[in-house]
Amino acid sequence: MQLTLEFGGGLELLCDSVKSHNINVDPQDGEEELTMKNLLSWVRTNVIKERPEMFMKGDSVRPGVLVLVNDTDWELSGQLETVLEEKDNVVFISTLHGG
Amino acid sequence: MDSNGVEAARIRQEIDSLKSNRRNIERQISALEAQLNQLEVNSSTVCPLPLSNGDLSNSNGLSPDMIYRYSRHLLLPSFGVQGQANLLKSSVLVIGAGGLGSPALLYLAACGVGRIGIVDHDVVELNNLQRQIVAISVNKLIGYGVDIVFQIIHTEAYIGKSKVESAAATCRSINSSTQIVEHREALRTSNALEIVSNFLFCFRRAVILTFPCLMISLRYDVVVDATDNAPSRYMINDCCVVLGKPLVSGAALGLEGQLTVYNYSGGPCYRCLFPTPPPTNACQRCADSGVLGVVPGVIGCLQALEAIKVASLVGEPLSGRMLLLDALSGRFRNVKLRGRSLQCEACGDDAVLTRQTFSEFDYEKFTQTPLSTGPLKLNLLSLDDRISSKEYNEQVGRGEAHVLVDVRPSHHYKIVSLPNSMNIPLSTLEGRLPEISAALEKEANKENGSNASLFVICRRGNDSQVAVELLHKLGFTSAKDIIGGLESWTHNVDPKFPTY
Repeated sequence: MQLTLEFGGGLELLCDSVKSHNINVDPQDGEEELTMKNLLSWVRTNVIKERPEMFMKGDSVRPGVLVLVNDTDWELSGQLETVLEEKDNVVFISTLHGG
Repeated sequence: MDSNGVEAARIRQEIDSLKSNRRNIERQISALEAQLNQLEVNSSTVCPLPLSNGDLSNSNGLSPDMIYRYSRHLLLPSFGVQGQANLLKSSVLVIGAGGLGSPALLYLAACGVGRIGIVDHDVVELNNLQRQIVAISVNKLIGYGVDIVFQIIHTEAYIGKSKVESAAATCRSINSSTQIVEHREALRTSNALEIVSNFLFCFRRAVILTFPCLMISLRYDVVVDATDNAPSRYMINDCCVVLGKPLVSGAALGLEGQLTVYNYSGGPCYRCLFPTPPPTNACQRCADSGVLGVVPGVIGCLQALEAIKVASLVGEPLSGRMLLLDALSGRFRNVKLRGRSLQCEACGDDAVLTRQTFSEFDYEKFTQTPLSTGPLKLNLLSLDDRISSKEYNEQVGRGEAHVLVDVRPSHHYKIVSLPNSMNIPLSTLEGRLPEISAALEKEANKENGSNASLFVICRRGNDSQVAVELLHKLGFTSAKDIIGGLESWTHNVDPKFPTY
């Protein structure tokens, strides 16, 4: 399944300062669907290059990270249970405080 | 040379004398403005808003001056007389007169908001002027035409003075018919409710005793969060929830910006989105990570736009949506957010947030971050493992063998560095120890085999301590850090050494 991942608000620093990633990831063996929960653990292993604790806490993202699936807050699509589809766009963005 | 020196001294003297005159004049202006403000506050009780600067000869309540000044707004079918009249009756509180607040204030002052409050405890510094500047256009009739004079909200003349004073002066020069209220203090739980609802503010001035109806009219309708730290953002959010105020929230860092409206028309509040504060090391500051000046400029202008929409009841404010700016790729992304969370600790159905709990809440403890964004001061090493910049300078002067390692990131090192220092960024230190060993050996050979000392420096003296701890563990037991880093070098050794 092809997905586009984007990192912003400083999270890109955890993956060699690359903001946009075109990835190919399939559901795990025995599963039919790819959920955000699966994707997060895949991202942690395959995309995040340093300080994974700045990206994840437990099996979800750390506090202060907004997750958007096709430009919509993942709270509205089921959070970790959100089922991903071909060509979906997933954005991880850290909230900014500066001014 | 001598005559040059005399001439320079004379010029300096003249500059000092002019500056002293300017201070006097500015003091007089401030006093007069305060008097004028008070008169306008008083008169606003007698004649209801809009704050008029002419006869209200029209049925729509706009004076001829207002019609001329705001004509371009009135010509907009979707904004028109009603939008402008709403704006003139409205009041907006801008918290923070920095990179976001400055541009927001200019447009809020220019557009005809009835009253603007500005909160900031800070003074203007030279390194603010790269972003806390925005061109304001003051139409000055000169000769036959209209000359657009560009000024900046915080000018060099205001360095060292209160940001609120500076911003207020600029706002008044843009639009003298807008009332500007100065709050030269940091927002705290102890004063936030009174500033936003402005109850005690009037009380302090004893106006409320004479004009009780002012209690209502001096409240702010919209709050603009233009601050730069996490505890302030939570505190302002909670304050707005307690008082039922819409909150226009903007943030900028590096080359990115974020904008949304919280606590408005069924949308979420800040805590609905971020119930748990982020870890402290995830909160970067402009003073450490940098920011391209125009980025907060763009976000600040958009904050003014959202505040205008909320105040004039025109358009669809960004409630339940967030605008994300990626300046580097030139992209705006408009995303849909969750609605108000029923479980939210601030605005949820079972929330227990009240005036009382708000004023007792410790936001610094909650976010593990101080409200004032002064730089962090670590204290990891014993004094034996440290050296002051003065002592280091004396050692260099005596020609003692040593190696100076600068552990700042390389883009910092390129800004400015001490001569004969070697740049090994903290993140790469462990892998580059052989370079340090080689440098120490080379230096020792120069001095016929006597041991060379190892010193570590950074910008402010925090990373250098972390580096020295690491070096001690890895066998470089004599490594010492220079207390206070390059900033202390400027303060205590060489005032001409640039700071950033």
